[in-house]
Amino acid sequence: MLAELRPALMVTRREVRDQLRDWRIIIPIAVLTIFFPSLMNFTAERAVNFVGNYGASIVAERLIPFLLMVVGFFPASFSLIIALESFVGEKERGSIEPLLASPLSDLQLYLGKLMAVMVPPLLASYLGITVYLVRVYRELGWVPELDLLLQILALTFVQALTMVSGAVVISTQATSVRAANLLASFIIVPMALLIQGESLVMFWGQYDVLWLAVLGMIIIAGLLVRTGVGHFNREELLGKEIDVINFKWSWHLFSSALKGKATSIGSWYKLEVLGLLKLYRLPILLMSIMVIASLFIGASQTSRFAIPPELINLDNTEGKLSEGLDQFSVLSASGIPIIWFHNIRVILLAAILGMFTYGVLGILVLMLPMMLIGYFLATISSAGISAVTFFGAFVLPHGVFEIPALILAAASIFHLGANLAAPSGGTKIGEGLIISLANWVKIMLGLIIPLLLAASITEALITPQVVLHYFGN
Amino acid sequence: MIITENLSKKFEDFTAVDSINLEVNPGELLALLGPNGAGKTTTVRMLTSVLHPSSGTAKVAGFDVVNQAPQVRASVGVLTEHHGLYNRMRASEYLEFFGEIYGLETKARKKRAKNMLNDFGLSNNANQRIGEFSKGMRQKLALGRALLHRPHVLLLDEPTSAMDPESARLVRDAIKELRSDQRSIMICTHNLAEAEELADRIAIIQDGKIIANDSPSALKMNMLGPPEYEVRLGEDLNGRQPNLPENVDLTANGKDWLRFRSDNPNDFNPLVVQKLVKQNFSIVSLQEVPRSLEQVYLRAVDSQYIKGDPVVS
Repeated sequence: MLAELRPALMVTRREVRDQLRDWRIIIPIAVLTIFFPSLMNFTAERAVNFVGNYGASIVAERLIPFLLMVVGFFPASFSLIIALESFVGEKERGSIEPLLASPLSDLQLYLGKLMAVMVPPLLASYLGITVYLVRVYRELGWVPELDLLLQILALTFVQALTMVSGAVVISTQATSVRAANLLASFIIVPMALLIQGESLVMFWGQYDVLWLAVLGMIIIAGLLVRTGVGHFNREELLGKEIDVINFKWSWHLFSSALKGKATSIGSWYKLEVLGLLKLYRLPILLMSIMVIASLFIGASQTSRFAIPPELINLDNTEGKLSEGLDQFSVLSASGIPIIWFHNIRVILLAAILGMFTYGVLGILVLMLPMMLIGYFLATISSAGISAVTFFGAFVLPHGVFEIPALILAAASIFHLGANLAAPSGGTKIGEGLIISLANWVKIMLGLIIPLLLAASITEALITPQVVLHYFGN
Repeated sequence: MIITENLSKKFEDFTAVDSINLEVNPGELLALLGPNGAGKTTTVRMLTSVLHPSSGTAKVAGFDVVNQAPQVRASVGVLTEHHGLYNRMRASEYLEFFGEIYGLETKARKKRAKNMLNDFGLSNNANQRIGEFSKGMRQKLALGRALLHRPHVLLLDEPTSAMDPESARLVRDAIKELRSDQRSIMICTHNLAEAEELADRIAIIQDGKIIANDSPSALKMNMLGPPEYEVRLGEDLNGRQPNLPENVDLTANGKDWLRFRSDNPNDFNPLVVQKLVKQNFSIVSLQEVPRSLEQVYLRAVDSQYIKGDPVVS
């Protein structure tokens, strides 16, 4: 392991030395390390005195830790700039090619550069935090709680790691620093929103929530690092010479992946659609577990968001249902397309969200209805009504079609996200994405849309009858 | 040794290299010529295991470029199209860094870095920042980097571009010396005179395909026909048409000179002289008309456009 790491450290050493020779990096970092904490300290002191005059000492209490976070974040944010310069700048100047032609492995080069771009800004951040803490202690006597200090240090680290690992992913898709800077908004905007969120949490005084932010960032950084490792390779770095999207090639790849080896609609269905189920075995299993877990998660929320049992009244269901049928055209034949299109729309939304979040948000969107079902089943049960009968009447008739469709949709989105993080068979990001999209279209056309049609027919025409049968007067 | 079999590389729907077959034996130097964008750099990148071939195979120094990529990279010295130097580093630091990357011990890499700087006339610039180097100095340093680990195979992209004549001569001599050490060398160049001087074999690549591959003399024979000879006469022809032996074609003539083509000069050239003397022409000189590689190159490239037939042996 150490022997594997040694070449990476050579790269790190060289790059750090190079950075320390560049005044364009040194001066801003020095300013942010020495002068900026002093400025923040001055701000804190003035603010504490000012708000103290009006008895708003709570603002001062919250401001000092907030400024501590800011002092840590600013130098760390430099890691993004250095990373873009290191990964894309080297590519643009051609100086990465001799390294790529050397015996260094892709991983060694990746790790070497990752460490190199993180070490100086992080050291500057921690030095800045130290300067700020020493001065704030001397002037205001404020000492952070150990928990808070660890949170800030951890947040600073994971923020830098997230920005750098995101920059690496960007670098594989850009051939110039200019192009990378344009793409960097995909990192800067979410980071800015995150910092705003963290600021709110800090002024709210719920510091424990910061650990959740740390955990979330670790997961995101982990996914980005995995994506970076998967795509920071020689082929991806040098196999792309121009920053254009080749629509003709993309369409050709998509259509040939969609058609696959099929010669007729029958063989397409057998080979390409049903064949995909084999590829999706693991995602299907995981999503099935997720469905069950979502039911339990939903059920567990009844204690937090309880509906009083007296409000749950299934008396006169027939009358209420008839009223509902009159009010909404959903529960009749005319409701079939409404339900069908609604469900397709949700799955499309989930796929779009999933595409940008490694499948995470897409899967969450799809699991929300299961959580709601779990919640209602537990609530119904607490009101003394059989949850099994309720489930059998309200959910099962159309759920027989809808739940498998949901599992398949979630599995295909999960596969798409996983393929982005860890490309299979040496495919490039764009190539992998197009093939995954083609697979997603296959499963949508071949299984999900037909299943959702069957579900919407059942939901509109049969489920109300079953409900009436069990809960009618 | 370098061997490629139907080596191809596709980028999306663009074929950069199309089924090329090359062989460079130890002690041999192959010059790969071709217009910009013909596929030279992509070929070099595949041979250094930087890019994966889309199809076909290649072995470099006995290692497969796909399955034994680390061994290939350790055995190859490559001078890339862009020199890839770090401007803020010192020359000696730079060479030592790459020496370390290639696994050389501290003492060995220091010594080799020093020798390399000395060999290329850069010993006085060892502690100078690379950013202050001229183009030629940068080129020599990059070449030093490629040679530092004493590779069995050398792939050199434009090894003397941007060099002054003296430096270019120094580098060419160094390449000749390296070839004599039983190294397989492939150079990509637009400098045809250099290719002619150095290469044992010339391969011309166009649109990703090898359209000619042979020794310089064989290529000249194949592409330009038998050699041409020029006779300088002591007096003007004054409209007289010289009578030449059979099988010797008069290709051109001027006021006091004539040119003929002969595919067997040992037999026919003395006959030409005899016949001209018999016709009372005084002969001042007889010499082969120099034929440059440029003519071969242009003929190959043009014929490819016109006929599309490769001249590969």
